[in-house]
Amino acid sequence: MNRRVVITGLGVCAPNGVGLEEFADSLQHGKSGIRFQARLRELNFGCQIAGEPLIRDNLVHHYFTPLQLRGLNASGVVYGVIAGSDAWKDAGLKPRDLDKPDWESGIVFGTGILGVDKFRESIHLVDDHKVRRLGSTTVLQTMASGISAYLGGILGCGNQVTTNSSACTTGTEAVLMAYDRIASGKAERMLAGSCSDSGPYVWGGFDAMRILPRQYNDTPTQGSRPLSASAAGFVPGSGAGALVLESLESAKARGARIYAEVLGGAVNSGGQRAGGSMTAPNNEAVQRCIVQAIAQAGIQKQDVDVINGHLTATAKDPIEIRNWSLALEREGSEFPYVNAFKSLFGHCLAAAGSIECVGALLQFQNQCLFGNSNCDDLHPEVSSSVDPARIPVKTIPYSPKIIAKASFGFGDVNACVIFRAFND
Amino acid sequence: MNEERYHKLRDIIQIYLPEDVSVTDISEKSHFTNELNINSAHLVDIILDVEDAFDIMLENEDMEQMQTVGDALDIIETKLSKK
Repeated sequence: MNRRVVITGLGVCAPNGVGLEEFADSLQHGKSGIRFQARLRELNFGCQIAGEPLIRDNLVHHYFTPLQLRGLNASGVVYGVIAGSDAWKDAGLKPRDLDKPDWESGIVFGTGILGVDKFRESIHLVDDHKVRRLGSTTVLQTMASGISAYLGGILGCGNQVTTNSSACTTGTEAVLMAYDRIASGKAERMLAGSCSDSGPYVWGGFDAMRILPRQYNDTPTQGSRPLSASAAGFVPGSGAGALVLESLESAKARGARIYAEVLGGAVNSGGQRAGGSMTAPNNEAVQRCIVQAIAQAGIQKQDVDVINGHLTATAKDPIEIRNWSLALEREGSEFPYVNAFKSLFGHCLAAAGSIECVGALLQFQNQCLFGNSNCDDLHPEVSSSVDPARIPVKTIPYSPKIIAKASFGFGDVNACVIFRAFND
Repeated sequence: MNEERYHKLRDIIQIYLPEDVSVTDISEKSHFTNELNINSAHLVDIILDVEDAFDIMLENEDMEQMQTVGDALDIIETKLSKK
């Protein structure tokens, strides 16, 4: 049994747009969500810029009850619930009534680490001999699966409700896990997504690794430079993205709007062998992942017309492009169009894959190819193998047919998903 | 009954009520979990809120005794009188 799976809902809480409309507008017009962070300067971070969603004060009241908001100090939960609830609504679905769950709807909503600020709050209380002051929601806000648990309760999902975690691959992996569950007939609808907390306690470790840019603190919107010769490291970010995946039968029966079809994909690991390590990918594994995704999707290598890269703005970008080029056996003007969305909102870590999938899918709907910022000075190893026209710096009208989206993560893990314009 | 304390306590309890229970259902006799249907996990939070609002500290045995709104008022009164 391998059923067709489509996307019927999207939601996003991104540094450059909370909600689909604002996010699409930002991608369309190259509006950056990367801003100076006074707190990072105060704490002596080398990199003092980040991409953090701007949540208006009253917005959370539309998504959380006053009780849920009490003591809520987990930004990832806030982003994830906003994006997840929005996606559900965007799909034309409603939260279940109180008496009965929807047995055919489930959730795979990943994260890297959740409720870091809440955890910090608890550590202080515990060390202060005040464990009894932790309250009843410390566990819920800091357990990794807190995000799928919050969403599961809000929506009333009765199928599998879980959280996956595979570093920066998380979001894209969640989409594939949801796809598998529907394709194999185990669920009709799955909310797939991921979230990542904001703040110095999440981003600090990366600053310590010296892989974040330090020379753009006064020019934050220029700091994230995927594919550029002057790329100086990734700009940390946070947020959440969410997608409703649904069996084609269910979508049709409901008369749901369809953004695109998920043809399939692949996940693998380079085993931290042959050049792969905890922090670097095994190139053969990356190429295999892309090739397997294409095979699993039942398409040909030349069918891919847009790639939505991982492309973080580190020295690895030219290597990623080479991996795509070798895997697809295409180069120069034959190379697919390239999306490097991190140029506008940074690297949202565990949330990156899902936010970028949402952006990728909006291109089907908006009939365009979103432009890439900060890469006027393409890295020579990129421009020598890819026609620069394939990496547009401004949004262009276009009707994508097949978009391949890949994400890679620490631990040498990879995921690649294939989306196709819906055609019944 | 001290009206001011009762209103203060009612305001604390109100936020923990499930959707199908209204603030007007709260009386001195109300049982927190059986009648007001408050999730037992939230009793822990009510106790912390009471501690903050009245500047007192409740012991484990106080928490065990606190079954109804009236119990809570009694405990608060005892604690305040010892201050």
